Amino acid sequence: MLKLPIYLDNNATTPLDPRVLEAMMPYLTEVFGNAASRNHPFGWAAEEAVDYARDQIAGLINCDPKEIIFTSGATESDNLAIKGIFEMYSQKGNHIITTTTEHKAVLDTCKHIEKIGGKVTYLPVNSEGLISLEELEAAMTPQTILVTIMYGNNETGTIQPIREIAAIAHKHGALFMTDGTQAVGKIPVDVQADGIDLMAFTAHKMYGPKGVGAMYVRRKNPRVKVTAQMDGGGHERGMRSGTLNVPGIVGLGKACELAKQEMTADAERLSTMRDRLEKELLTLEESYVNGSVEHRLPHVANISFKYVEGEGLMMGVKDLAVSSGSACTSASLEPSYVLKALGLSDDLAHSSLRFGLSRFTTDEQIDYAINHVKEAVTKLREMSPLWEMFKEGIDLDKIEWAEH
Amino acid sequence: MAYSDKVIDHYSNPRNVGTLDKSKKSVGTGLVGAPECGDVMRLQIEVDETTNTITDAKFKTFGCGSAIASSSLATEWLKGKTVDEALAIDNMEIVEELALPPVKIHCSVLAEDAIKSAINDYRVKNGMPELEMAKSHH
Repeated sequence: MLKLPIYLDNNATTPLDPRVLEAMMPYLTEVFGNAASRNHPFGWAAEEAVDYARDQIAGLINCDPKEIIFTSGATESDNLAIKGIFEMYSQKGNHIITTTTEHKAVLDTCKHIEKIGGKVTYLPVNSEGLISLEELEAAMTPQTILVTIMYGNNETGTIQPIREIAAIAHKHGALFMTDGTQAVGKIPVDVQADGIDLMAFTAHKMYGPKGVGAMYVRRKNPRVKVTAQMDGGGHERGMRSGTLNVPGIVGLGKACELAKQEMTADAERLSTMRDRLEKELLTLEESYVNGSVEHRLPHVANISFKYVEGEGLMMGVKDLAVSSGSACTSASLEPSYVLKALGLSDDLAHSSLRFGLSRFTTDEQIDYAINHVKEAVTKLREMSPLWEMFKEGIDLDKIEWAEH
Repeated sequence: MAYSDKVIDHYSNPRNVGTLDKSKKSVGTGLVGAPECGDVMRLQIEVDETTNTITDAKFKTFGCGSAIASSSLATEWLKGKTVDEALAIDNMEIVEELALPPVKIHCSVLAEDAIKSAINDYRVKNGMPELEMAKSHH
């Protein structure tokens, strides 16, 4: 018997893997020591657990365990990396390059940088959500200290050409940072091969607990330094003060270990399932995939169903937990800026659904989702004046809408 | 966001979805909203000229559940009302009936606009002067 609603919003967060919870349990109960307590076995046990987690994480992204800085999550890591680099390298320059489709944790941090005297270039993306390497190269200046471009996009799953981007940044003497939140644990991310100098990622997008994440900071070729953004006990090589969240860190470590073992098989299974979902939903007239089909995370599908509105559609697919590119919470509706950056019109951005699959998604759930979405779209189109006009051959762009 | 039972009911079983023949003199059509705003409502009324009474009302809406429910409810209320009574429908009555939260009040405003716009279309078609649209809610 299928349990409803079906969770397909795994880009927002994933459920905790029971094996991760099992690994964490002792550290929520009897092993409660402070990892910074050097004088007794309680502290040693906690420190040992943290070191073990560092090894597990380093094993997943191919770095030295010392290059992992624990944080509260990807938002903190993004903030710490960008602000910390801006402060540390202010002698060298004040220019940062990013893209228009970054997560708000990067975009708003960049806006903050602009307020405190920095210069930021926001590279546009093409209709698939990919940046142009030529435009990146042209934007590089002697003052450019950092290029920060996300690995895989949270809304569309589009994967940027990370290695090529890193090479361009390095050629011009800048550091390369990536927000790896959606990619780490889902596809192979190798900081050495990819040329990544800093990376933000988090546990709860890969079946780990919420409230814990990490920042990877390169220690060799070059040695990267980040100015701390929080004052305190000087934990994490002075870059991030605060008592370590030992159970969370143990969970992140276990999640990384499982990802390393199961990522290849998971990716293959999920992309097969995702492709089936997508192929079936595209049999509906006037439905379109958003983002790159070729360069995409294996578990993500973002589809616009023209002439139905996203929030109305979400209500129609009440048996599914998905998210929409429409946020109809005020009189001035703001469709997804990521989809708009891809060149989607506001109405098509409003009409989108994002499906994010997980390790725990089943074929039976996908079958149900396919039928459920098809029924809802069909029903709402019968109710949609825009669909009727489209069917009558009326060009909606030529209508003078009474804006409200 | 949690929807009220009434919104869910109108959304799941919308009343009077459909299309009236807009070429008929007795039919008034109001089309309000814009696709880029995420809401488009088309509301139609058929008026009995002799009694000035609305005999039929139909809607089609592109929008969120509250927008669909607001227009569905409006058609229910319109049937049997005189045109003057219909003009008196205030968006806050819709808000109250559907228990719309503050962020969804614009859906009820749109429904009121759609009613007035349909009535105006009917008036113009039948040689009456257009009424000034109250845009005070915006």
